[in-house]
Amino acid sequence: MMTLEEFEGLGAREREDQSGRKGRIRVCQAAGCASCGSDKVLAALKEKLQAAGLEQDYEAKGVGCMGLCSEAPLVTMEPGEVLVGRVTPEDAEELVRNLQQGTPPTKRLPEMPFFTRQHKIALEHCGVVDPERIQDYLARGGYSGLYKALTEMTPLEVVQEITASGLRGRGGGGYPTGLKWGTVHKAAGEIKYVICNADEGDPGAFMDRSVLESDPHRILEGMAIAGYAVGAGTGYIYVRAEYPLAIKTLRTAIRQAERQKILGTGIFGSSHSFQIELRIGAGAFVCGEETALIASIEGNRGQPRNRPPYPAVAGLFGCPTLINNVETFANVPAIMREGADWFASVGTEKSKGTKVFALAGSINNTGLVEVPMGTTLRELILEIGGGCPGGKSVKAVQTGGPSGGCIPAEKLDTPVDYESLMALGSMMGSGGMIVMDETTSMIEVARFFMDFCRSESCGKCVPCRVGTQQMYTVLDRICEGQGSSEDLELLERLCETVRNTSLCGLGKSAPNPIMSTMRYFREEYTERIRQPESVGTR
Amino acid sequence: MLTQAKRPAPPTDDKRWRIVDATMRRQSYRPAALIETLHTAQEVFGFLDDDTLRYVAGSLGLPLGKVFGVATFYHHFQLKPKGAHSCVVCLGTACYMKNATGIVKMIGEEAGIAPGETTPDGKLSLMVARCIGACSLAPGVVADGEVLPRPTLDDVRALVKRWLSE
Repeated sequence: MMTLEEFEGLGAREREDQSGRKGRIRVCQAAGCASCGSDKVLAALKEKLQAAGLEQDYEAKGVGCMGLCSEAPLVTMEPGEVLVGRVTPEDAEELVRNLQQGTPPTKRLPEMPFFTRQHKIALEHCGVVDPERIQDYLARGGYSGLYKALTEMTPLEVVQEITASGLRGRGGGGYPTGLKWGTVHKAAGEIKYVICNADEGDPGAFMDRSVLESDPHRILEGMAIAGYAVGAGTGYIYVRAEYPLAIKTLRTAIRQAERQKILGTGIFGSSHSFQIELRIGAGAFVCGEETALIASIEGNRGQPRNRPPYPAVAGLFGCPTLINNVETFANVPAIMREGADWFASVGTEKSKGTKVFALAGSINNTGLVEVPMGTTLRELILEIGGGCPGGKSVKAVQTGGPSGGCIPAEKLDTPVDYESLMALGSMMGSGGMIVMDETTSMIEVARFFMDFCRSESCGKCVPCRVGTQQMYTVLDRICEGQGSSEDLELLERLCETVRNTSLCGLGKSAPNPIMSTMRYFREEYTERIRQPESVGTR
Repeated sequence: MLTQAKRPAPPTDDKRWRIVDATMRRQSYRPAALIETLHTAQEVFGFLDDDTLRYVAGSLGLPLGKVFGVATFYHHFQLKPKGAHSCVVCLGTACYMKNATGIVKMIGEEAGIAPGETTPDGKLSLMVARCIGACSLAPGVVADGEVLPRPTLDDVRALVKRWLSE
């Protein structure tokens, strides 16, 4: 077994190299900034540093997501953590001069609640480490959680640590992570699996993509810790085909970790082995449901099946399987490193820790934020998100994707935690938050989501397959000004039936967008039925 | 699982079949390799034709119906050749709010195609996606594999017109 000194030596050279420099400039290379040309910015900066003979003193490096995607491409400068937005390759010369002289760049972003109000755990390294270099992760204490688990703890102690932290599933359901780990740990079976659900299908959610692109080793570490805790030798990451950069980054990360003997047979020279394989999704929303995802890894159509048995007992290839979301795994290394009490000190009584949200829609600061559980929607949208552009007022917030609901502006003081959102008829979901302003028609939003659900229904059970289609037809009729008052009753009955009788979460939650808009914006429905000429207000 | 002797020969002597074979071999020709194999085949040939589906079915020892079922279940797999240019319009919630449906409609009018179709001259394929995770750059439009940063309706129109006149 590798000694502690040997382990710490893995990141030592990188640490020395970093502390030997006067400063550095980090350029986001994640998907959002990349499509705004951040690769050219990085190349220009490297060139200018070299031309000025400064490449020994200052380093220009590519990193992951810094969060404020509306100001893409983003750059941070050290020392001082100066953030610069909407950078072009032409700015490189000035930025290099700023670095050297310690002067503020013209495009410097002011200090704003968007950054000061965040509390980063899952995203702690995003926008800081180079996702393509394992040394950078190691230099920042990466894989020390795995090392600690393997050298100081029994698998059961790891499960107990996660249980004590109060971590709950970040994919939406909020099931206690420790409880899930414990079930798989106890399940009988020679072969067990760990699966990372990176099939982030909710429209409007992009935090998992960001973590995978920005800090892939964190997910590998979280999975390896889970593998040790539950007794699994193989892990699968099921990632969407729509995320090509995340796939590429993960491939590189897995290869590097194997070469360092952090993954594969004999981790850190111990008797424990854990290998990770990638599986690429093929564009089916329902595969975010755990049993459908397992069917897909097995090479089948992604159709869910009845539970029980739960995957923890009989999952992939019939073996006990632990399946967690990307963000859940992203929290694990920090919990192992800092301890359960530290994690549990953040958040609310029932929802511990932080949650990453993707702010999008009619909002000034679009991007990713990580805040303690219990932060109110008002703080998130008006303070951190900066409200709606053009002075418009917030009408509703959509959380939880097609499974969630629309929360009206008068409920903005609700704290964001699993129970509070559920009580409003929405749900946490994976963390997508779409802001709608006064110009948005809520019936059309409901129709949009029903169009999504009818197209993504896998077709296995009748209530979902037929029900979503029927609900869409009725909504479409109302939207086009041909609805009658009986349609509202019919819609309500359909919602009840589909919710109560569908096989999986997709069908069970498909009525949520309709039910929540009917609950809070009923007058829009009755108005549209009474006055068909109001069609096309949006 | 079939033994070496019973596995079918590739439909053509195209060398690219070796890449497809390699994917199946890496997973010991297990039926679970199906989706991975279809991914590889689509990557190297651009789409999945009947011969490909038949060959994959034969190699993995699966009924053709099952392979066809899987290939048609997932949106990502294409059974028809794609156009010279491809345009994917994201219809996620954030993009919906920034008038992505208007972009689909505009392309439909300019090129005369609906989502999932290719122009008869093979110049352009139009596809829609359910969220490409680029919500902050909404509306999300992927032109020949590149995500356009915050495109306007007129930006996309100009691009489509250029492609169609090539």
